[in-house]
Parts: sequence; C-alpha cells; structure tokens
Amino acid sequence: MKKRWIALYVENEVGVLAKVSGLFSGKSYNLQSLTVGTTEDETISRMTICVSSDDVTFEQIKKQLNCMVEVIKVIDLSNVPIHMKEILFAKVKDCSSEDKAEVFQIAQVFHVEVSDIGKDSVLLECKATERRNNELIALLKSRFHHIEVVRGGAVAIESISTSCAGKTEYDRK
Amino acid sequence: MALDITGRKLFAKALIEEGVDIVFGYPGGMVTDIMDELYKHEEIELVLPRHEQGLIHEAEGYAKATGKVGVCIVTSGPGATNIMTGLADAHSDSIPLVCITGQVPLNLIGNDAFQEVDIVGMTRSITKYGVTVRDRKDLGRTLKMAFHIARTGRPGPVLVDLPKDIQTQPGPAEYPKTVNIRGYKPNESVHIGQLKKGYKLLKSAKKPLFLIGGGVNIAKANEKLQELVEKTKIPVVTTIMGKGAIPTTHPYYVGNSGMHGRYAANMAVSECDVLFSIGTRFNDRITGDLNEFAPKAQIVHVDVDTASISRNVVVDVPIVADAGLAIEKMLEWAEPQKTDKWLTQIREWDKENPLEMRRDHGMTPQMIMEHINEQFDEGIIVTDVGQHQMWATQYIELNEKKKFITSGGLGTMGFGFPAAIGAKIGCPDKEVICISGDGGMQMNIQELATAMVQDAHVIVCVFNNYYLGMVRQMQQLFYGKRYEATCLRRRKNCPRDCKGPNPSCPPYEPDFVKLAESYGATGMRVTKEEEIAPAFEKAKKVSGPVIIEFMIATEEIVLPMVKSGNPMSEMILK
Repeated sequence: MKKRWIALYVENEVGVLAKVSGLFSGKSYNLQSLTVGTTEDETISRMTICVSSDDVTFEQIKKQLNCMVEVIKVIDLSNVPIHMKEILFAKVKDCSSEDKAEVFQIAQVFHVEVSDIGKDSVLLECKATERRNNELIALLKSRFHHIEVVRGGAVAIESISTSCAGKTEYDRK
Repeated sequence: MALDITGRKLFAKALIEEGVDIVFGYPGGMVTDIMDELYKHEEIELVLPRHEQGLIHEAEGYAKATGKVGVCIVTSGPGATNIMTGLADAHSDSIPLVCITGQVPLNLIGNDAFQEVDIVGMTRSITKYGVTVRDRKDLGRTLKMAFHIARTGRPGPVLVDLPKDIQTQPGPAEYPKTVNIRGYKPNESVHIGQLKKGYKLLKSAKKPLFLIGGGVNIAKANEKLQELVEKTKIPVVTTIMGKGAIPTTHPYYVGNSGMHGRYAANMAVSECDVLFSIGTRFNDRITGDLNEFAPKAQIVHVDVDTASISRNVVVDVPIVADAGLAIEKMLEWAEPQKTDKWLTQIREWDKENPLEMRRDHGMTPQMIMEHINEQFDEGIIVTDVGQHQMWATQYIELNEKKKFITSGGLGTMGFGFPAAIGAKIGCPDKEVICISGDGGMQMNIQELATAMVQDAHVIVCVFNNYYLGMVRQMQQLFYGKRYEATCLRRRKNCPRDCKGPNPSCPPYEPDFVKLAESYGATGMRVTKEEEIAPAFEKAKKVSGPVIIEFMIATEEIVLPMVKSGNPMSEMILK
C-alpha cells in the first residue's frame, strides 16, 4: 500500500462528484482525500485525489476513472515533480497568556499566520504540505487541551521549473 | 433558424433520426407527453409489456438479436426503479440500451414529490452513462449522446431522465447529426506493436489456445475468427457469452470453459502454454482460483475496454482493441502452427470425460437439448438462469444461423422469457426458442400477455424439476441435502427435515399448461422422451406463444462442476 496522487479533469456538472466518489466506495478503493474546484475554464472542474493502494489497484482506479464519460483527463501525479499545498485552520482554545505566547512561537517556527485572536483563543492559518500540517496538529495536540481543526485536503499542480525536478511530494517538505 | 419546438416533438424526431422503429414503453404520469407524441408517429411501434422489468429484458433481447439499440420508456418513481435489474444486466453483458425515465417537473425535484426518485443517482454504478436533462436546450445533444454512448466502444445501457416540463417546453428544433464528447473517446484502432508482440508469443507456443468471450459476438467477428482458427490450427474454448463465436461443431472447438465447462476445455486452459484471449474480462466463473488459473500459460488479452485488461488476471501482453479489428489484422500474419499433438491431447481429454448424461433414468435435459438441435436448423436460442442455462451452454449446438442469448454476467432469473419476446419482435422471421426453468419462468410470467398481444411465436421450454435447481444442487453437494428455500412444492405443513422428493410431496403450482391456456396461449406437457419430437412439431405449427413443460428428473445436477473459488482443474465429474 502506497500513497498516490491523481489530478482529474471532469465536466463541471451535477452528479460528477457523486459518481467519482461512488466509484471509490462501490469498488472498495481506499480514498484518502478529494478536493474539487473549477478551473480557468468554468465548464471543467479539477479534482486532486489521494488514494492509498497497491500498484495493481492503482492502475485499475485510473482505468475506471478514464472509463467515465464525465472524466476528461486523468493525470498520475505520484511520481512527477509537483507543488502541493493544503489549507488548514487551527483554533487553540482556553489559552492562558503563557499559552498564547507559545502559540505565537509555534506560528513563527512553522511560518503560520495568526489570523484571529480573542480573549482566550488564537486562530492559526496554515498553508503547507499535508505532512507539515499533520506535524503542526500533532504538536498543538501535545501542547494544548482544546483545539479545533479544519483542513481542506491537498491541491496539487505539476511543477514548471526544473529546480524541483525529481522531487515528489514524498521527499519535499 | 428553425422555429422552436416542444421537447416531446424533439424527442420523437430524435427517435426517427436514430432509426428507432420499436420502443418498449410502459405509461405513467411523467411520460404521458412523450407517449402522446408517439401516438402521432406510425413509423414507431410501441410495445406495451406487463411489467417494467419484463420491458427492459425485452429491450435487451431485442438489442441482442438485432444489434440495434433497445429503447425503453418508463415513468418516474416505481417505473424507473423497476428497470434497475435490467440496467445492471445490460451493464454486465454490454447490451446497448437507451432508457428514458420520466421525472417530476424540475421545480419539484428534491421535494419527495409523488413518484419521485433520484434514478440517476441510484443507477450510477449500473449504467454506462446517466443524466437528468435540466435545460430544454440540452435535450437534443443529450439524446444524441445517449445513442452514441450506448452503441460505441464497449456497448452498455444509458439512462436519460426527462423531467415532465422539459417534455412540453419549447426550445431548439435541431437534433445534432454528430456529437463530440471530450471525455469519451472509445477505442477504434489497434495498437499494432502490442498485437505483433501478442501474435509472436502465440506463434512460439507449443500448446496455444484461444479463449473467446462475448466481445467477439458483439463485434460480429465470428467469420473472421473462424478463418483465423483454421489458418493457425489453434483450438478454441469459449466463455458462456462467447459461445457461438465459432460453430460448436467445428473441429477446433473444444467447448465452454469455466465453472460448468467441458472437462477438455478446462484441462486445455490449465495446460496451455499461451492463452490468447479476446473479448472476455476473466470473470470468476471462468477463472476459479485466480492463483491456479492457466498456471503454465503466458496470457495475451485483447479487449476494447481498457479497464477489463489486467483487472482479474494480470496478463503478459495487454492489447486494447476492438475484437474484430484485432482478428482482421492477425489474419494478415496468420500461419499454420504445429498443433497436432496438442489437439490429440485435447481430444483424449474429451474421450476420457465426455459431456454426457446418464440415459437410464428417463427424460434427461440432454435429450431435450438434442431434440432442439435437431428440430431447429436456424433461430435464436434464449435462456433464463439456472441449471437449464448451464445445460443449454453445454449441449446446444450453434452455427452461423443460430444465435444464443443469455444473461451471463448478472445471472438474472426472469430474463429469459421477456428477452425471447424481444428477440422475436426484433427478428419476426426467425424461430425463437426460450429455454427456462420453472423458477425463472415465474419471475416474469406476466409477459405471456405481452407475447399474446404481440403475436410473438416464442417456443418456451420450461424445464420443470420442482426446484430452484442451481441452488438445490449446491445444497445436494455441499450442504447435506438441507433443501432450505429451494423446493417449490414445499408447503407450511411439510416436515422440516425433508431430504428430497417422496410420495407424500404436495402437488406443484402452477399448472403451466392451464396457465398458458388462460392467456390464450398453447400449453403442452412432456413427461417422456417419445413425446419430445411431437411436441416440437406441434409447437412449430401453432401461432403465438407456446409453453412446453418438460418434467425432468427432480434431482438432476449440472456436471462437470468446479466449486466456487477452486482451481479449474479440480472438477467434480460424477
């Protein structure tokens, strides 16, 4: 089982998301995350899909997606240089002044924006790789009792420059 | 610019442009407008079945027999949900259908309105494509897409959900001549490099074998396949859907392989060194235990559907291509191969364990099948699902003039009789013989009325053994004869531990002869071998549907058999 990424161009139509996600549940494929939004062409949506599967199943997933009339293009991002980011909001609640200071410190180290603050809570906004976000959540959980997290799932696009050629999501932070 | 016309008018126009002359339709509140439109068109005949499940199986039989797209019209809600089994069946067996379901008006969708269901959502995984028309201006393109998608590539069922207000709303009058779908580009060529690689492998084989699936029949590549087989001298086994791809009496034809395949065919698959398969998805009924499937062979796989390749069986040479095109190309290279020893070996296996039923205990299914072979030189044989189906796949002889229609992938009981009616409606000049069991026959028995009003001369052979035989066979072999829920004579007061037929068994219901007669059809009962031929003679002469009920031995089983999940070489033979 390996984590793999697919970029999927689909018709921006009613029911397409249901059809794509239904494929994963109906055929017992392991879907990790799925994000979707329109592209520069508003009739087309682009999905970033993360699955964890073995090689044979992954081939089958790509073929099954390709079979769908509403799917325009399937791009395997698993082994190509890409830029990938995930948006994450983390609200740290019930903070003392010392806690707040620590949150600010963490924010500085993680290059995280402090986007809101109240009497006893701080809101962090983080745009990073999925792995970096995981690390941030783990750290916050270990330090504070009461946190609230929402994350958007990763979006990815192929790299332009050669500076990160050969690097994939696995070896980049 | 043409003037605007209503959706219903454009719908009728679309059917005419697509060359549709027969539609299978059942009325209801949300299709009254398009039905009313069809009333005005003499050139389109509407067949009214007695149940929507019967309707869609009729459309499947029609599509299979004619090669055309079967068109269904049903209403919203229950009308739509009743065709779901047929959609799944057509999806499994690659049958081109366009199914129009009525839908509540757009402003009521989502309100749990009367007879509203989300049929597109429900059928997403059992249709090739499904869509609700939400804008009148999309109607023309959507219908064009539906026919195009249904009949091209790997054919399949397409569902178009048509809200009532779209049917009456004015809009563009144009029905497009062509359609370009950016996400749908069915394969229409052959990768020559891959095919050459596959052929080279085949040529190097000492024990080569063709495994032929339904794809060859769908591509109508039967004659070309026969030519290829004769040129290369390579033996052929088929799947159930591939049966008839070459004449069953052909010297290079071994038989069906799979769960109830011929001994020699399964042995050939197990022993071959190159398995060249065309148009099959290596369904579990063909492979048995995947680890033991064709263990000595390198496998070449030709299929039009990319997703069918290397899915169940990982193959050595995958080739995405239409079966017909691939075979045609191979004919250019084909040379005779030295297969004499291999063919002799296969014939020896066949002699060792021929396909044969005991003949010492009355009228056997094999005898009936042999009579059908003798009585009908040409025609369409349609089966239902169960033991009779397996016997038919084993014993029915096919050639260029005989076609075989069966529910292979989904195994839908209740398919046979309506499919036979549909086949007859599509091919009125051909003799249509339906082989069914007493269980499956009762699943769509109401279609007798459809057959009557259509004056469809279908000869239905009901193999009555008083049981749901296929499951009972498993109980007989693997569950200590505990015949739970398979005896169709069983009544409330029967003993719980009944181990099979005995003199105190209650009578069987229904009386198929009287049942046929109650519809005005012809009914006959055959209890011994001598009566078989006269029954068929009589059946051929009468008009309308005929039911011949054959009283076969109650505990007859289908052999050989491979237990589900076992290797194909482990056959139960006795």
